[in-house]
Amino acid sequence: MLKNRLIPVVLLREGVVVQSKRFGRYQLLGNPATIVERLSDWASDELIYLDISGRRDYDLGRDDLAQGRTSDLLSILREISRRCFMPMAFGGGLRTVEDCAERVANGADKVVINTQALHEPEFIDRCAKEFGAQCVVVCIDAKQTVDQTWEVFAERGKRPTGRSPDQWAKECQERGAGEILIQSIDRDGTGQGYDVPLVRSIARAVQVPVIALGGVGQWGHLADGLIEGEADAVSAANIFNYSENSVLKAKRSLFEAGLNVREPSLASH
Amino acid sequence: MERIGLIDYGAGNTTSVLNALEHLRLDVTLARTPEDLENADRLILPGVGAFASAMRKLERLALVDALGDHVVERKKPFLGICVGMQLLADLGHEFETYPGLGYVAGEVKRLRAEEVGLRVPHIGWNEVDYDPSCPLFEGMSAPAFYFVHSYVIEPSDPTSTVATCLHGGPFAAAVRRGNIFGVQFHPEKSQRDGLKLLENFASFEVTRGDEPTRQGRPSVADGSLVIRSR
Repeated sequence: MLKNRLIPVVLLREGVVVQSKRFGRYQLLGNPATIVERLSDWASDELIYLDISGRRDYDLGRDDLAQGRTSDLLSILREISRRCFMPMAFGGGLRTVEDCAERVANGADKVVINTQALHEPEFIDRCAKEFGAQCVVVCIDAKQTVDQTWEVFAERGKRPTGRSPDQWAKECQERGAGEILIQSIDRDGTGQGYDVPLVRSIARAVQVPVIALGGVGQWGHLADGLIEGEADAVSAANIFNYSENSVLKAKRSLFEAGLNVREPSLASH
Repeated sequence: MERIGLIDYGAGNTTSVLNALEHLRLDVTLARTPEDLENADRLILPGVGAFASAMRKLERLALVDALGDHVVERKKPFLGICVGMQLLADLGHEFETYPGLGYVAGEVKRLRAEEVGLRVPHIGWNEVDYDPSCPLFEGMSAPAFYFVHSYVIEPSDPTSTVATCLHGGPFAAAVRRGNIFGVQFHPEKSQRDGLKLLENFASFEVTRGDEPTRQGRPSVADGSLVIRSR
């Protein structure tokens, strides 16, 4: 039987891993390669990288982080994929099929698209046609408007679109999205738990797998996303940076909640 | 050491497979032309994307006939991964009906899991039931592998199936005809069990026609495993 997945999310901003709060405040965490090595502990089922940089080229040589210089996103991606024997999705700033092809060629197994799909929904069709639906994850950033209704935002939470997340998720599926990553802007970085009704509304709207993101502040929140939210996979970013063996602890909490996950194990390469 | 030719035809996650093989310290060469296949003792065909588009890319590189020569005639051990496995079939039906390599009789069809309320694509980790005599699974216990697909190969001869997985009914997670293997999951993305499978493929001893078979269910139906001269 297919297992529920636990997916750490790594937020990259100008080549450095950051922590995010409500899509607005960022705190530097460090060098992606080291953090990835820690996260690709074998209790993770998959990894998602979201590049939330404002610009494309950046210099990673930071003396305070004591690391070598890695000058662009693709070399970071290559470096990460060399250490990561699990599926890896990459998102952020993808505007064309060529952008996606470049990420795939450098080690991404899936691409995560968001703003461009809202701007030009046919982008989803083109990506699905080129790489197959299984490769295309559409990320939906949603904010609560009034009681239990939400609106989809583009451009990393800056531009309201007037779309409702469940309708948009359905359209994404029809156009060939293989998975939906539903992210709550309100919960991002707050540690209050997933916006469970939002996650559930998406899980019930589509037949493709749904991944919940945004708000996990304690391990128990993960199980809420699967049980109450009816998601197929749960993801989180900030919480994994707070403790040693964090992915293992997260996985153990799901296992102990009786969920169908791969048995947590520290077994290494 | 035997050399693995990793077929790089623009329709695969070649980098990921290469990373895994290099991590295992195997001798790997990328094969892009019929000549490149000469330099390889075993072949791996990765694959991501749609059946027809992957097949067309093989055709464009003139690799279809060349593969037939190395894999069917010369019996080099061959492993197809994901769409690379699906291409082994006679026909694919994703977007359009298109002929495959035809090494494993059967067709590639969409999973029917939605009928029972399961999600498609089938994405994530799942367990497989495998034929223990298949060298790919040697040394494993209760392995789980990473799957990401909407289509599956449906072999017309059930003895071609050496591992099954459940998602709205059983489907072929691994097939074998003699020296030819295919896996629907991604071993290069399946951590410990996946790396072990690749290592098994790289190292299993090719023997002549006397492969152990399960009683009543031969895993090598055509008995055609033949040694290449070393």
